[in-house]
Amino acid sequence: MDFESWKGFEGGTWKKEVNVRSFIKHNFTPYDGDESFLVGPTQDTLDLWNQVMELSRQEREKGGVLDMDTKIISTIVSHGPGYLDKDKERIVGFQTDKPFKRALMPYGGIRMAEKACKDNGYELDPTVKEFFTIHRKTHNAGVFDAYTPEMRACRSSHIITGLPDAYGRGRIIGDYRRVALYGIDRLIEDKYEQKETTRTAMYSHIIQEREELSEQIRALDDLKKMALSYGFDISKPAKDTKEAIQWLYFGYLGAVKEQNGAAMSLGRTSTFLDIYAERDLKNGVYTETELQEMIDHFIMKLRLIKFARTPEYNDLFSGDPQWVTESIGGVAIDGRHMVTKMSYRYLHTLENLGAAPEPNLTVLWSTRLPENFKRFCARISIETSSVQYENDDLMRFTHGDDYAIACCVSSMVVGKEMQFFGARANLAKCLLYAINGGIDEISGKQIAPEYRPITSEYLDYDEVMQKFEAMMEWLARVYVHTLNIIHYMHDKYCYEKLQMALHDKKVTRWFATGIAGLSVVADSLSAIKYAKVKTIRNEEGIVVDYEIEGDFPKYGNDDDRVDKIAYDIVHRFMTHIRKHHTYRDGIPTTSILTITSNVVYGKNTGATPDGRKRGEAFAPGANPMHRRDTHGAVASLASVAKLPFVDAQDGISNTFSIIPGALGKDDKIFAGDLAIDIDCCANGACGTPTLFEGLDANED
Amino acid sequence: MEGLIHSKESFGTVDGPGIRYVIFMQGCPMRCLYCHNPDTWEPGKGEKITAEEILSEYNKNLSFYKNGGITVTGGEPLLQIDFIIDLFRKAKLQNIHTCIDTSGATFNPKSAECVEKFSELMKYTDLVMLDIKHIDPEKHKALTGMDNKNILAFAKFLEEKNVQLWIRHIIVKGYTDSKNDLILLGKFIGKLRNLKALDVLPYHTMGVGKYKELNIPYPLEGIEALPLSDAVSAKEHILSGIREVRGI
Repeated sequence: MDFESWKGFEGGTWKKEVNVRSFIKHNFTPYDGDESFLVGPTQDTLDLWNQVMELSRQEREKGGVLDMDTKIISTIVSHGPGYLDKDKERIVGFQTDKPFKRALMPYGGIRMAEKACKDNGYELDPTVKEFFTIHRKTHNAGVFDAYTPEMRACRSSHIITGLPDAYGRGRIIGDYRRVALYGIDRLIEDKYEQKETTRTAMYSHIIQEREELSEQIRALDDLKKMALSYGFDISKPAKDTKEAIQWLYFGYLGAVKEQNGAAMSLGRTSTFLDIYAERDLKNGVYTETELQEMIDHFIMKLRLIKFARTPEYNDLFSGDPQWVTESIGGVAIDGRHMVTKMSYRYLHTLENLGAAPEPNLTVLWSTRLPENFKRFCARISIETSSVQYENDDLMRFTHGDDYAIACCVSSMVVGKEMQFFGARANLAKCLLYAINGGIDEISGKQIAPEYRPITSEYLDYDEVMQKFEAMMEWLARVYVHTLNIIHYMHDKYCYEKLQMALHDKKVTRWFATGIAGLSVVADSLSAIKYAKVKTIRNEEGIVVDYEIEGDFPKYGNDDDRVDKIAYDIVHRFMTHIRKHHTYRDGIPTTSILTITSNVVYGKNTGATPDGRKRGEAFAPGANPMHRRDTHGAVASLASVAKLPFVDAQDGISNTFSIIPGALGKDDKIFAGDLAIDIDCCANGACGTPTLFEGLDANED
Repeated sequence: MEGLIHSKESFGTVDGPGIRYVIFMQGCPMRCLYCHNPDTWEPGKGEKITAEEILSEYNKNLSFYKNGGITVTGGEPLLQIDFIIDLFRKAKLQNIHTCIDTSGATFNPKSAECVEKFSELMKYTDLVMLDIKHIDPEKHKALTGMDNKNILAFAKFLEEKNVQLWIRHIIVKGYTDSKNDLILLGKFIGKLRNLKALDVLPYHTMGVGKYKELNIPYPLEGIEALPLSDAVSAKEHILSGIREVRGI
């Protein structure tokens, strides 16, 4: 297999099989230089961005939604082309036939789609409602057909919350780079070959596999048609940078036309695209200005990805996030860092277009990234507060060098791994169930099995731990079983056919679970162990509040007595999760990463033995409880860092805000620039010491 | 050996290079009008701690402090110079970067014993951040209750010992913002060959609450926090003094 478009690229396995990583490995050029090559926005970029700002203003004034489909059901080919200004856009494509118009996506659940219309002042076309109620089942309807009464009870009592049973699960990243590198025809050919080589004994999972492969082929065909409506033939590989960006974006665009997932992330595209840019720069095909302009327009498109959602959804996620996460940098397993000029260009869009939360530009941070890039990132972060950092040194160990982040922290190898998103179990409530024998402390209903409650006035650590262990075991079981139903039905009624078409045949599926309320539980158990905790009961004898006598070690102060408890809870809960059968042999992982929904979880949870009052918010993710970490940030971070990553590979988050002044000196009044001010000759020939160097602590 | 500390901060980013473990020592001989840590004044109080305890906490989180180190501040750390010698000597054995944030007020060039102790300490000290409250002796006395003779002598002592020096200077409207004094300060520090940095600190009012808690009248009642722009021009004045003596 060879194409004219591949001229100048070094060969490798990627020419024999669909293998983007091999292409990158053989062709990318690490960049150690600084940011001085970057250029500002072109007039066309500024004009387009002004147009976007004006539309954004109109959208805000209209209360959050400018326009919405109520009749056309969104598919890859449901809409004709849409533009901001066709003559100025270097990269084209919108989810519907015009910018800022939100698409109708009812496959996750018709009620959610209807409510999204209604809450935003629109009315769903009654024929659509009828169709998706009577003639075509949705994911949501399927799930509720199969739920057990126990699962429903867990859902309504909020011991398991945020389940993707009424909306798209997201957290799948198609390898959109494949569209650019191979063109659709080659990918379809590959899928036919996969279909021909399935097992022939028709077990249900083989039938499912064959049906899905057919769906995938159809999706790829549709993608070709959609691109053609914009005037591009993507059946063959992209021939230059502009086409590569456009082809790749079409792949992503097809996915967000088809799926309204909770996180629709982009992948790891910058170093891939840099290979085309380097070739074009060398051959004089494009200038730096043209390249930056394409990237600016591409990022602008990603900023305009929008979905129709309900106010409740937006409350849970604090805003209207799409999680168009793009992973930048990192280190290759051959030891070379993967920072390229394109990594700079992506981050530079935050300067050319201004700061923005989307796309969620995520730097895969390693101690081995080049110094110039580290400094550039630091500057962009200081100026825009829009960059996310994640630990590549930690994740590379498991995922290698071609993984990307879905949503905020979920790592997966692009095109080879996907995730079944699994929301969260509320462990703080689980502890209360252990104390109250399975009775919900707020509703008074029996939710969990009627285990023997604690009857003593003061809580005994060993007794509580024993009961908590049993309750966690119950919770893990019902939680995994619930997720099995959800993912079965999602595959059946709301299958991500295009995203999965951009995956290998053999896909590793991470079966994600999550934990909420970790620091509440750790502190509660610490209080029971190291102080005295008295129970306060209501008339029915249910413990509804606690009184603490004495002090106790609190998670977030680098104190092993309580940090060990937090570690154990994560490990034990995960051990219980791992006991159960998972749908499609998903590999269980867990995350501790509520970023904003901790408020909602807290609202639905009664008082806890750590002194937290009923309804009070949990700390986000793995954070220590608010104001209980009293030994400064390093001690707080050190507590979090003790949590076992092997048990929580789907991510541990510690939301950490700090006032700028507490992060270092203001360079306007500090000494670092003394050198520049004093040095009479910049080259230091006069012998004045360069004062900045003196600031290096390692200088001896 | 034990020292008395007021508190510790595991994530110090403004008291020396890098991320630092900062120890606030208890006790101070000065009574600067703008002091924002009146709770560290009284000697003899505070929490007892050993060098070993400090180093063990530091080493637990070593990865955070890779480009940082340990800073002692206060209060006036050198009131407990024996303890600091003990701490820094042990820290240097582990190659930890050591920094003292001091007013220099306890230095006495006329006492052989004092000079000897300071000389011993400087063997284990990588950086001194010397806070010169005022260059003019009279105004210094009005501001802090002491004159600045020994403090300026300390700066020269550090030059002699070739210990890296940062100069800190707090700018308060009406007290330390006169152009002439700032230029004089620049001229003085410009001659110090060990000077590595200048840290101009705009006066802030975040200490007011502590005075209320301690029932001490706030000496600078009514003086507002210094705007950043004034701090920037103060820095410029000091720099111009430095340039003048260095002939640049």
